[in-house]
Amino acid sequence: MTIPDFDSLSAVAISARVGSGDLSPAETVEASYDQARKAGAGRDSLNIMLWDDHDLALRDAKSLSDGMGKAGSGGRLAGVPIAVKDNIATLGLPTTCASKILAGYVSPYEATAIIRLREQGAVVVGKTNMDEFAMGSSTENSAYGPTRNPHDIRRVTGGSSGGSAAAVATGIVPIALGSETGGSVRQPAAFCGVVGVKPTYGRISRHGLVAFASSLDQIGPFARTVDDAALAMEIMAGYDPLDSTSSQKEVGSYRDQFMSIATNPAPLEGMRIGVPEEYFPENLDKGIRDLCLRSVDALKSLGAEVVDVTMPHSPLAIPVYYIIAPAEASSNLARFDGVRYGYRAEHASSLAELYSITRSEGFGPEVTRRILLGTYVLSAGYYDAYYKKAQAVRALITRDFGAVFGDGVHALFTPTTPTTAFPIGGITDPYEMYLSDIFTVTANLAGVPAMSLPIGRVAGLPVGGQIIAPHFGEAAMFRIAYALEAALGREAHQ
Amino acid sequence: MSTDRYEMVVGLEVHVQLKTKSKAFCGCSADFGAPPNTNTCPVCLALPGALPVLNEMAVELASRAAVALGCKLHPVSVFARKNYFYPDLPKGYQISQFDQPLATKGTLAIETADGKKDIGITRVHMEEDAGKSLHDRYPGETAIDLNRSGVPLIEIVSEPDMRSSAEAGAYLRALRQILHYLRVSDVSMEEGSLRVDANVSARLNGEKTLGTKTEVKNMNSFSGVERALDFEFARQCAILDRGEKVSQQTLLWDAAKGEARVSRTKEGSHDYRYFPEPDLLPLVLDPKWINAIKAGIPELPADRKKRFAEEYRISADEIEQLTDTPELSDYFENTARDSEDPKASANWVMGEVQAALNSTGLPLDQLRVRPADLAGLIKLIRDGLVSHAAGKKIFGVMLETGKPAAQVAHDESLLKVGDDSALSGWIDEVMQEHPEEAGRYIAGEKKLQGVLVGFVMKKSGGKADPKRVNQLLASRSGGG
Amino acid sequence: MAVNHDDVRHVAALARLAVDDEKLDHLVAELNGILGHMDVLSKVDTTQVEDAKFAPVESTPVRVDGSGPIKMYSPLSSFAPAVKDGFIIVHRLATHDDSADRAP
Repeated sequence: MTIPDFDSLSAVAISARVGSGDLSPAETVEASYDQARKAGAGRDSLNIMLWDDHDLALRDAKSLSDGMGKAGSGGRLAGVPIAVKDNIATLGLPTTCASKILAGYVSPYEATAIIRLREQGAVVVGKTNMDEFAMGSSTENSAYGPTRNPHDIRRVTGGSSGGSAAAVATGIVPIALGSETGGSVRQPAAFCGVVGVKPTYGRISRHGLVAFASSLDQIGPFARTVDDAALAMEIMAGYDPLDSTSSQKEVGSYRDQFMSIATNPAPLEGMRIGVPEEYFPENLDKGIRDLCLRSVDALKSLGAEVVDVTMPHSPLAIPVYYIIAPAEASSNLARFDGVRYGYRAEHASSLAELYSITRSEGFGPEVTRRILLGTYVLSAGYYDAYYKKAQAVRALITRDFGAVFGDGVHALFTPTTPTTAFPIGGITDPYEMYLSDIFTVTANLAGVPAMSLPIGRVAGLPVGGQIIAPHFGEAAMFRIAYALEAALGREAHQ
Repeated sequence: MSTDRYEMVVGLEVHVQLKTKSKAFCGCSADFGAPPNTNTCPVCLALPGALPVLNEMAVELASRAAVALGCKLHPVSVFARKNYFYPDLPKGYQISQFDQPLATKGTLAIETADGKKDIGITRVHMEEDAGKSLHDRYPGETAIDLNRSGVPLIEIVSEPDMRSSAEAGAYLRALRQILHYLRVSDVSMEEGSLRVDANVSARLNGEKTLGTKTEVKNMNSFSGVERALDFEFARQCAILDRGEKVSQQTLLWDAAKGEARVSRTKEGSHDYRYFPEPDLLPLVLDPKWINAIKAGIPELPADRKKRFAEEYRISADEIEQLTDTPELSDYFENTARDSEDPKASANWVMGEVQAALNSTGLPLDQLRVRPADLAGLIKLIRDGLVSHAAGKKIFGVMLETGKPAAQVAHDESLLKVGDDSALSGWIDEVMQEHPEEAGRYIAGEKKLQGVLVGFVMKKSGGKADPKRVNQLLASRSGGG
Repeated sequence: MAVNHDDVRHVAALARLAVDDEKLDHLVAELNGILGHMDVLSKVDTTQVEDAKFAPVESTPVRVDGSGPIKMYSPLSSFAPAVKDGFIIVHRLATHDDSADRAP
């Protein structure tokens, strides 16, 4: 049997129906696979899923049903199919980071975030396409070809978590996991017209997330609703003794406040929302600017006070990011050497060749470029001028946020991206590609939480609005997002 | 060629493996001897996505060592990545400390031919060990065992304060002894829990600036370090004598050939690209915790030697021997306290106990004769209940059986016989068997008393109380 | 600052990446294109943040000694490219001297 309108059911709705016995986990898994077929998730079409195992997912669903028989409800995500970016370690399915160097690698352990979602009844249906090692802003840098944007198959999904964004946009799953280093959840969320969250650095354990740039990386959820994104966050967030950088701060509830927002005509009263001028440059796409202004009006009508603020160091974020992230990446990716796992060049005749041939053949051009760049900025004689200087400017960028939030502003509202989804192959200059993260990297550098939600369309392509909150200010961020989502209603997708 | 015109300048880098149950950044066992790669997990195999978490015991042991070496323990230290490729370095970087180490600026006092000398300690920092590469197990292949990967180490870097290979040897022995007393490491060069790299340079006597140094590696004993330093110093002196310049390079000591060869590694090929480890926060030590570490430092060798000299009135040589290891000095001290006889305790520990350790190869804590047992034996001898000769026999049985001295003496009938009737019986027999000597003795030839006592002792199998035998014999002598 | 061919060769060697000579021109140009955008940072006054003493309130968390390893659901031999008698196998190092090519 099929589940009517499965592609628009929220995770909250699915788990309620599974919990009540109205649906079985096996049915929701079947519905997810049906939808993947219908939407064209395969390699020859949208190219969303890299790895899936229908039988394995059904077995997981079955054991979930068996467990529910005894335990009752089956958890807050009972029977909810989820898709997982291919750089998050899962048992049973490969974890390859869309790289040839990890071809065939199946992790012998699972990421903490996945364990927590499974404990609440989620079923992993597949691993999604991405830019190799999360290095990219379009999902074109995958060893398995680009993911295509469901809204226009000639265009990119954004990246690096493009597969997960598309899996949610096409209704294959209500929730998917991505990862952020410089905007890799928010930017594809904006391009694909879904909600995407980058938590506070340290809010979700990185244990099991294949490291790109350790001081910036965070796992984050995609969903079609703010409510579902908040639910996934509540479940994944919290201290993990296996990640030294995960925070011991109490998580609390993000969703408890939603009920009162729905019934309150001015739910954002008392909130001050800053609009930073640096995020609205003169050359910003007019359609995007107009949609942002429409959202600002909506925020005002919800009772928020909207103020102009300035973040003077924002324009330095891209250069800073493209020093720090490659530097850390050059070290993080040293472990891919063909010795212990993954791809090993067969025709190497010495250890030196084993290293250099394995790595040259295993890594794609963008990864190679960033390893070279990162190695260079850390090397003797250049460390101070590049890496150390970049860390100092990073501190200034963080201070910008501290100054604004210390000045009574509860959150910021900005466009998520300077453009809508661009054509596949449309950007060839690496630095021009880097600039598509211009509004998102600041939050990663400062470690503050941020999210993107749909605020409308330009020429049929989705546009995202970004809400940025202070460290561990997820509750306030979700409050604003939930209220804005409700206020925009259907307009958010028009 | 002569080395007389030159002065040797040495600084040492010592790596010490900390004695923890598990590794520095994961929960895997740090034990040696497990089958290859069985003490490994996602973290120490550097599997994608695995992250380090610091072992609290490693911090404690490292801090204890740093404090005992007189270093300033820093409230904030930072872990850093040292990046290089090697097949037994799974992450492609070693987690170490770089510009903000755990501790700096200490000293270690050594004894030299010219008296006491303080050697500066530049820094003590924490890091992790690499795995092991076996190059000769399979032809044409290198076999990697990552059981040791991630085991906690400290690196102790000295100032270039040593002026001879003997001073370097003294420094290493003093350092090993302190670390042993602290119980932070097994400090065995043979097992690899202590490793030494030496920086050495030569300069004309009286010269103030340092010459170009070379680094000598691959020594596997303290005497090997001394020989390697002498070899390398002589090589450098010869170069300088020819008016040439020493080039900065790394040499590998070949103990079998007794020479150091220049490593083919190109200088400058190392660029470790250190940067702060983003997977760990800085290590912040609470002042109260630091004070507790300081308070918990046990008595160190220098203090113990001083105290032994004051409390036990034993010779400097004896003190040196007895304080060699904390185990031996504890053993001695417990024996001395229980027996209230330090001198006899020292003799027994250096004599029979040491001999037993040498012949059995057992560690001291597995010796069946515990200090209380040895003290019991010493008391039996002092109280005249067993002879010294019988005491040695009893000790031998105690080693075998673990029984207390008194019981062994009883079971083996080794208690002295002081009973007059038994002694008189033996004296009568001796008198009969040796009528010539007996007659002369009774007639007043007193110098024969010793001979007769000897006969009685022999007849009694060593059990007769010689004091009483003397008394009884004296009463039979004509002289009265 | 700009990189030249030797810089890129050196960096590629450090990173154990083989870079073909015919690709080198392109890589040098590309990296210089990116690095050119970084020059803006050198003009930023960062003295106030550099002088600020590093004073973190939070220490890196610690684990109890002997806490036990993370469970692995499949053994090393299931994912390692070459294993013999439990050892991971690689090509033999060219000379014994290479073993000194590593930090202690």
